[in-house]
Formats: sequence, structure tokens, C-alpha cells
Amino acid sequence: MGEGKDIDLLAAAIVIGITNGAFIALIALGYTLVYGIIELINFAHGDLFMLGTFACLTTLTILGFGTEVGIAGTPWLALVIAMLVAMAFCGGLNVLAERIAYRPLRKAPRLAPLISAIGVSFIFINIGLFWQGPTPRRFPDLLPQYDFLSQFFGLHTLVRFTVKDLFVLSLAVPLMLGLAWVIQNTRMGKAMRAVAQDSEMALQMGIDVNRVIAFTFLLGGLLAGAASLMYGLYNNNTVFTLGFTAGLKAFTAAVLGGIGNVSGAALGGFVLGLLASLTVTYFGGQWENVGVFSLLVIILVFRPTGLLGQIQGDRA
Amino acid sequence: MPILEVQDVHTYYGNIEALKGISLKVEQGEIVTLIGSNGAGKTTTLRTIAGVLRPRRGTVRMDSSDLTKTPANQIVRLGIAHSPEGRRIFARMTVRENLEMGAFARGAANIADDYERVYTLFPRIKERLKQRAGTLSGGEQQMLAIGRALMARPKLLLLDEPSMGLAPVLVELVFQTIKEINAQGMTVLLVEQNAHMALTIANRGYVLQTGKIVLSDTAKALASNEMVRKAYLGED
Ligand SMILES: Nc1ncnc2c1ncn2[C@@H]1O[C@H](COP(=O)(O)OP(=O)(O)O)[C@@H](O)[C@H]1O
Ligand SMILES: [Mg+2]
Repeated sequence: MGEGKDIDLLAAAIVIGITNGAFIALIALGYTLVYGIIELINFAHGDLFMLGTFACLTTLTILGFGTEVGIAGTPWLALVIAMLVAMAFCGGLNVLAERIAYRPLRKAPRLAPLISAIGVSFIFINIGLFWQGPTPRRFPDLLPQYDFLSQFFGLHTLVRFTVKDLFVLSLAVPLMLGLAWVIQNTRMGKAMRAVAQDSEMALQMGIDVNRVIAFTFLLGGLLAGAASLMYGLYNNNTVFTLGFTAGLKAFTAAVLGGIGNVSGAALGGFVLGLLASLTVTYFGGQWENVGVFSLLVIILVFRPTGLLGQIQGDRA
Repeated sequence: MPILEVQDVHTYYGNIEALKGISLKVEQGEIVTLIGSNGAGKTTTLRTIAGVLRPRRGTVRMDSSDLTKTPANQIVRLGIAHSPEGRRIFARMTVRENLEMGAFARGAANIADDYERVYTLFPRIKERLKQRAGTLSGGEQQMLAIGRALMARPKLLLLDEPSMGLAPVLVELVFQTIKEINAQGMTVLLVEQNAHMALTIANRGYVLQTGKIVLSDTAKALASNEMVRKAYLGED
């Protein structure tokens, strides 16, 4: 019996880890796409995600679903609208940041855009502070409270696989596959890969490099926006400092997978989600960020190219 | 009227003047070669024509456009394609995708004919279409770089050291192919350190020394010129 419980606990941690891994992966993709194309670590990306959760919250509030109290059933249409608003908002804001804060520094020494990104991060954090205040905000719990394992299959287990998990995974996985498809098959996706490998040659192929870079920031922002709704509905809270922890996890995931490597970021996201959840389950929540930071340090020391290999923007 | 006319071009790297007033012309249908030793400024000249370097002074005219005022990504649309020094193929894209990128500016119109043309010139490329370009041998990468440039259907092809690092039989093959492309009507501006081969296939040539053109003549005359023979053909 004791053994069954142990396995239950492990399985429960794994489900939680996979679901958390999904939003981490979506955010990590934003880091890795941008790094892949202009070798910039976009420090503001986690904060962009935080602003996304605020955009969702504001949209839901305007639509009359700022709290779940008194709501009968899930307002699916409102959720779809909130997600689209957050995606457009984060996508647009990311493009704007690139245009204003990074593009003018494209030919400057590498440190300049990095510092500029830290500046953008501060600006985003302060916008967040002004927007929703300093205290954590409750994000409405709008999804059905339904656990498939106990309620549908009638299993008696600690493991929960709820509508929330299904919601997150059934959005995140198609988004990632869609991204991979865009990069692999579309004209813009091929242009992105060409710019990432050799932007000067891409220019000579007739590619508008500025447009391609803007498009890359747009994609990263769209994914962060989508992740923000999932995060909010799953965790039911948000706060203006959320970008730091979310960003740290996602950045670690991107480095773990091999920064610049798109499949690496997705894989890294899931691995990191699992690691965080196992750390919380077996060592306690206070150890979560320690685990993440230690992993980051370990990768940087022992395998700086990540699991799937770092991608240099350079020609081979 | 020449297809390309470079006039008094001065190009700098920071404060270093790499081109000190270059003028040259390329006529429709010619192979013109630019020879000179390492560091003379040959690559800088081609990169200036291709628009990725901007001269501080001077003009580069193609038909009625001044290329020095044309955005670099529009130059291919005016009919110039560049197979650069070191090939610079997109190593992580497939061979086929590399060719496709060559035709990027044209969109997908009639692209099938262009693939066929490249496959006919370079049958080895056709066998490797699905492979990552980075896995090709040096010679194959060179063929791919030329093929990619041809996919743009240029009026003028810029070739920078296509023989660099290739085994002698491949050098022979590459030069044969350049002649063949030219026979089909392509105008070529060829940069080479291998002056002997370049002068064999070119109509005319320019000799570049530390950023200046010191000699220009028909390829035949250059090949028998005393100074050229000593300095670039390794004879004494
Ligand atoms: N990226 C660069 N930065 C600074 N100087 C350069 C750069 N590229 C070339 N040079 C200098 O410009 C001169 C011409 O170089 P290049 O055009 O590459 O010569 P070539 O192709 O004839 O060998 C050389 O003195 C070279 O050192
Ligand atoms: Mg050179």
C-alpha cells in the first residue's frame, strides 16, 4: 500500500510537471527564437508574459468574468477573446520593443542591446506595477473542476488529470507544432532560418531582414500571450514580479535545450517543468528556484551547448 | 552601354581605406576577371557592388540605378547575384532549400525550370537535394553556391574565388561550368587568386593592388604581360 502511494505521488508530480512544462516551453520558445536570429538574450521576455496575464485579467474583467463568483459554467467565448487579446497585445508589444529598443542597436557592441533589454524589462515591470498594483491578484478560476481520473475513470489516486491540464496541453502542443510548421514550411519561416544562419547572405537573397526579425519577435510574443492565459487559468494568480521567476525558468529551459534551438526549447520546457515539480514534491516549494538555478549553473558548466546543441547564428 | 559601371569607388573598414578609387566596367555577355593577391581588395569590390558594403565615395551603376543608393535586399531584384568568398551556403538548410532561397526574390514563378537548369549544370547537386547543405563536400558546396546564385536569374553573376580550396580536377570542373554558363548568355564578374585559370576563360581583366586598379586589358594581353606573369602567374 505504501509503495502504491509512492508511485501515486510520483505520477502526480509528473502530471503537474508536464502541464507546467507546457507554459515554460511556450515562453522558452520566445527566448530561443530571438536568440537564434539576433543572438540577443531578451531579458524582458518573462515580463512580457507577466503583462500578458494582466491583459487577460483586464479583458476578462471587462467582459464581466473578473471573478468566478456567481458564474454558471465556463465562459468559453470570453476565454477565447482573452487569449486573442493577450496574444495580440504581447505580439504587438514585443514588435514595438524590438523596433524602439533593439533595432537601433543592431550594429552596436553586443552588450548594448543586452542592457537595453534589461531596461525594457524594468519598463515592463513598472507598467505591470502601475496596471495591477503591488499585491498578487487573483485570476478567476473559470475552468470546470473536473478530474478525469477520479470522475471519469473512477480511479482512487492522488494523481489528478483535470480539465485544466487538458486545456493547457491541448492548446500548448498544437501551438508548438504550429510554430514548427511555420518555421519549416512557410516563406517567412524559411527566411527566418536563412537570417538566423547568415543574415548578410539572407539580405543578398532579397530577404527583408528587418521584417523577418520583427516577425520573429511577433511569434515569440504570440506564444507568450497564449501562455499567459493558460498560466492564469491554471494557477489562479498573477503578480507584477511574475516575469522574473517565469522568465528564469523559461530561460533555463531554453539554455537546457540549447539556446537558439527550437525543438530544444520545447524539450527543455518539459524537462524543467518536471524538475521543478519533482523538487516541490520531494523537497518542498522553497527549493524550487534553487533547483532551477542549480540546473542552470550545472548546464552552463558542464554542457553549455544544451541537450540538443546550441545553434550559432554563424555560417558553418 | 556597359551592364555594370563602377566609378571611383572608395570603400572603408572603419578608418581603413580598402578601395582607393576603383573604376571598372562589365559589358553584356563578358567574363571579366579581377585578379590580385590576398588583401588587394577583390572581395571588398564585390561586396560593395552587392550592396552589403557602402562606399564612402563613388557610384556603382547597373542600367539606370545607382546600387550604392539601393537597399541591399533590392539589389538581387535588379539582376545581380553573388556567390561569395567562402561560399556561405545555408549550412543547416537542405540543398533544395538553399536553391529555393536563391530564388526568394522572384517568388515561385517558373521555378521548376531553374531547378532543372542547375541540376543539368551540377548533376551532383541533384543527388543531394534532401541533405543538409553543411554536409556537402567543399566542391559540392561551391557548386551549390553558384547554383543558388543562378536561381535568381541574374543578369550579372558575381563569383568570388570559386576555386578556393578545391582539388585540381574540381577547379577544372568549376571553370568549365563558368564558361558554360557564360556561353548560355550570362555576364560574369569573376574574382580569382588563381590568375592563370581566370585569364584562360575571361575576355578582359583588371589587376588590383592594395585597393587600386593598376592594370586593365584583354585577358590575353594580361596573360602575356611581364608584370602579371611575375606577380600573379608565378613565373620569372
Ligand atoms: N571585415 C574587415 N574589417 C577590416 N578590414 C578588412 C575586412 N575585410 C577585409 N579587410 C581588409 O581590406 C583589405 C582588402 O581585403 P579583401 O577585399 O578581402 O581582399 P581580397 O579579397 O583581395 O583578398 C585587406 O587589407 C583586408 O585586411
Ligand atoms: Mg577575397
